[in-house]
Amino acid sequence: MTRNQIAEELPNLAESKLTALVVDDSFVNQTIHQKLLNRLGIENDVVTNGKEAVDVYCSGRNYDLILMDMDMPIMNGIQATKRLREMGIESKIAGVTTRANEGEKKEFMEAGLNDFQEKPLTISKLLSILHKLNFYVQT
Amino acid sequence: MQRQVALIKQSLFDQGYLDEQFMELEELQDDANPNFVEEVSALYFKDSARLINNIDQALERGSFDFNRLDSYMHQFKGSSTSIGASKVKAECTTFREYCRAGNAEGCLRTFQQLKKEHSMLRKKLEQYFQLARQAGPKETARRPK
Repeated sequence: MTRNQIAEELPNLAESKLTALVVDDSFVNQTIHQKLLNRLGIENDVVTNGKEAVDVYCSGRNYDLILMDMDMPIMNGIQATKRLREMGIESKIAGVTTRANEGEKKEFMEAGLNDFQEKPLTISKLLSILHKLNFYVQT
Repeated sequence: MQRQVALIKQSLFDQGYLDEQFMELEELQDDANPNFVEEVSALYFKDSARLINNIDQALERGSFDFNRLDSYMHQFKGSSTSIGASKVKAECTTFREYCRAGNAEGCLRTFQQLKKEHSMLRKKLEQYFQLARQAGPKETARRPK
């Protein structure tokens, strides 16, 4: 997908200055997810597990969107999502995981996700997340 | 040389080593990151070598902790899926099925096959990237027919 096609999909996305946090323990996935976000002009940071995500928010930082992996050491995606919601964090959280059976998906969604996508993440799937979560600027 | 690069890439897809996800990664290459796929592949092989080592050590100990093995293989499958390593991903799936069945023999056999596929993919991708660098950036962006 070219930048022009992406821009047509989501008007003014480049001007929206959205921010995102990638939460994943895999360096491969971190790199890919960051590249996808960069391609869409979304500023982003990365942490390697759910506890680091919670700590980042406790430090006062905030993001429009969190891409949350499920399986991570120390604190997994379900635990982190629940914790963030208990803290009153209203950032949109999209679960991104290879686990796709209905039971696991339901458990993850019920933790407080706004959306769910099966890995591997692609530009199309990321755009789908942004569409669903109404991330574009109206002018 | 460009034709040679195209043929190598075509064969990687035709023989099932790579799937569509690899093409998705190539679409992300741009002027800022002209070698993005090669960089991600390098990360993958570094990460997967670590996982293979962990699994080797776990299997050599003789006591089959199927939960731990399954956990390692879940990570391995995840990163293999992310770069489009289709055959490796399939062996990961098979291994996990044997873990769930508590089948040690099946795990050992599948792990040997997985290491073969992983090694073959590594060699083929190294060859592909080396030729692609020599041929120039345009060739890597084209989809195989």
